[in-house]
Amino acid sequence: MTTPPAKVDERIVQASRLTRLLRRPELGALIGAVVVYTLFAVSDRTGTFATITGTANWTDAASVVGIVAIPVALLMIAGEFDLSSGVLVGSSGLLCGMLATQYHLGIWPSIILTFVFAAAIGLINGWLVMLTGLPSFIVTLAMFFSLRGINLGLTKVLTDTVRVAGVDKADGFASAQAVFASTFWAPYNFKIAVIWWLVVTVIATFVLTKTRFGNWIYAVGGDSNAARNTGVPVRRTKITLFVTTSLAAALLGVIDVIRFKSMQAGQGVGEEFTYIIAAVVGGCLLTGGFGSAIGATIGASIIGMAFIGIAFAGWNTDWTFLFLGVILFAAVLVNTFIGRRAQGAKK
Amino acid sequence: MTDTQPTGSTPTPSTPQAATATATVVPALQLKNVSKSFGSVLALRDISLHVDPGTVTCVLGDNGAGKSTLIKILSGVHQPSSGELLVKGQARTFASPREALGAGIATVYQDLATVPLMSVWRNFFLGNEPQRGIRGLKFLDSAKARETCRAELLAMGIDLRDLEQPIGTLSGGERQAVAIARAVYFGAEVLILDEPTSALGVKQSGVVLKYIRQAKERGIGVVFITHNPHHAHMVGDRFYLLNRGALTNEFEKATVTREQLVKAMAGGAELEALAHELGADR
Repeated sequence: MTTPPAKVDERIVQASRLTRLLRRPELGALIGAVVVYTLFAVSDRTGTFATITGTANWTDAASVVGIVAIPVALLMIAGEFDLSSGVLVGSSGLLCGMLATQYHLGIWPSIILTFVFAAAIGLINGWLVMLTGLPSFIVTLAMFFSLRGINLGLTKVLTDTVRVAGVDKADGFASAQAVFASTFWAPYNFKIAVIWWLVVTVIATFVLTKTRFGNWIYAVGGDSNAARNTGVPVRRTKITLFVTTSLAAALLGVIDVIRFKSMQAGQGVGEEFTYIIAAVVGGCLLTGGFGSAIGATIGASIIGMAFIGIAFAGWNTDWTFLFLGVILFAAVLVNTFIGRRAQGAKK
Repeated sequence: MTDTQPTGSTPTPSTPQAATATATVVPALQLKNVSKSFGSVLALRDISLHVDPGTVTCVLGDNGAGKSTLIKILSGVHQPSSGELLVKGQARTFASPREALGAGIATVYQDLATVPLMSVWRNFFLGNEPQRGIRGLKFLDSAKARETCRAELLAMGIDLRDLEQPIGTLSGGERQAVAIARAVYFGAEVLILDEPTSALGVKQSGVVLKYIRQAKERGIGVVFITHNPHHAHMVGDRFYLLNRGALTNEFEKATVTREQLVKAMAGGAELEALAHELGADR
């Protein structure tokens, strides 16, 4: 028997450009971003939302969400949650501030030690999830409350207050400020955090789409048994992502403490859900295996626009979270709908 | 089930000696008097079989016959309690499926072979992604991956227009085909297929059987595990019947008809009794 001629099944329709587009995880978020942007540009009462100054404002609000939301998205694609990411931003900022003010280490050594600490937290999260086999939701929830307690308790013991202040008196603060908390593009004053956000987006997108590790991220979240059977190191992949998420939280903590020159013990608590919202709005499946870094970046943009846009529209900012809730639900609904259409009704 | 001697023209169950006499080539994979027990349960008793390169070896058995245990021993998940496993004539012990894979023994499990939401080509290269670039900064060679994937699938006679589509959108038969093509491409010398047709319709099964023959013609020793004697007879060269943990019959393609195989498999007398009971004509 020779090789049979490859037969074309007449029932397989050539995937159109539209189908290919619909298959992208971030499409729903992109549509949402356009809608939200238009909404706030129209209802803006200050006349600045749609200007470069307005952009500098909302990208600032978006960047501090996006820096952590992107690794959270990668982790979610790999099928895991990290609920401790928000409070770890606080822990990192507090640690960095305390090392610099209470132990006079100088700002750069403090920053390096903060990253080492965050990596250790990520490693503990990852190891506990992998070793116990418990859901990461539970393990990182426990880490969330533990860190929250430590943040408050330790800060009170060491400073007798609930904040660390005077970070700007540490050695090397000026150079750290240039890297983590400066501005650029003079009259509009974009925050440097926006650059960090874009860098994280580019690196994450590259890793996800163009590297072997990116392939593994999708595989361990899509079907960890199949991944293991084909020789993917499931454990290593997931633990690496937990560490990456913690490092991103530390980066944001360092940015915060240097920008404000101080840190509150309660900083970051509740933010973990903002990151998850950004990732989910951006098209990540809660069950893993699907999503993108650009999607999370668009999700973060929507959240940034909402925070700034509601204030610019003269509405009471108390309503911001209602808006986020509605956006989350609508985005997931749209994503599920187009996802189902594009995938051919299969998961 | 008692001794399985089909009525009518009796096939001559070839003894192990007779089988080795015809086989001048070194078997790609061989079991010698392998037994496996789990605690007090003897799952496999004194199994001896061999898989020659470029042939399809079928292992037939009903539920609970020990097929799964046999697969797990062949693929390195379990180690035999006694007896030997030989790869190309060399005695080997595998500590993990990864080691078996390294020795060229690939196993395609029924439902555990692919990640549904990932594209076809990403699934094809999963765990063995081609890379390019300098040391320390390597990235996926996706152009080469797509090209190779398309060529390999074509060589197996499967033409997918769109390699970017999630593999979950393919039919069960096509997914099996991709998994088989993948194992072949990554240098499998022995391909173990665990009930590849059991969940498929008639046409889909035909597709998979075609790929089994393709793999065989590329010189691979295929182990086809099934409880369907019709499918086995269409592609098989040698047939082992497994019953209650022991091999009860061994047939060569030339000396067995499909009906004999069906009867031997079902236990001829039992099947006739059943047919009578049901009032069937045949």
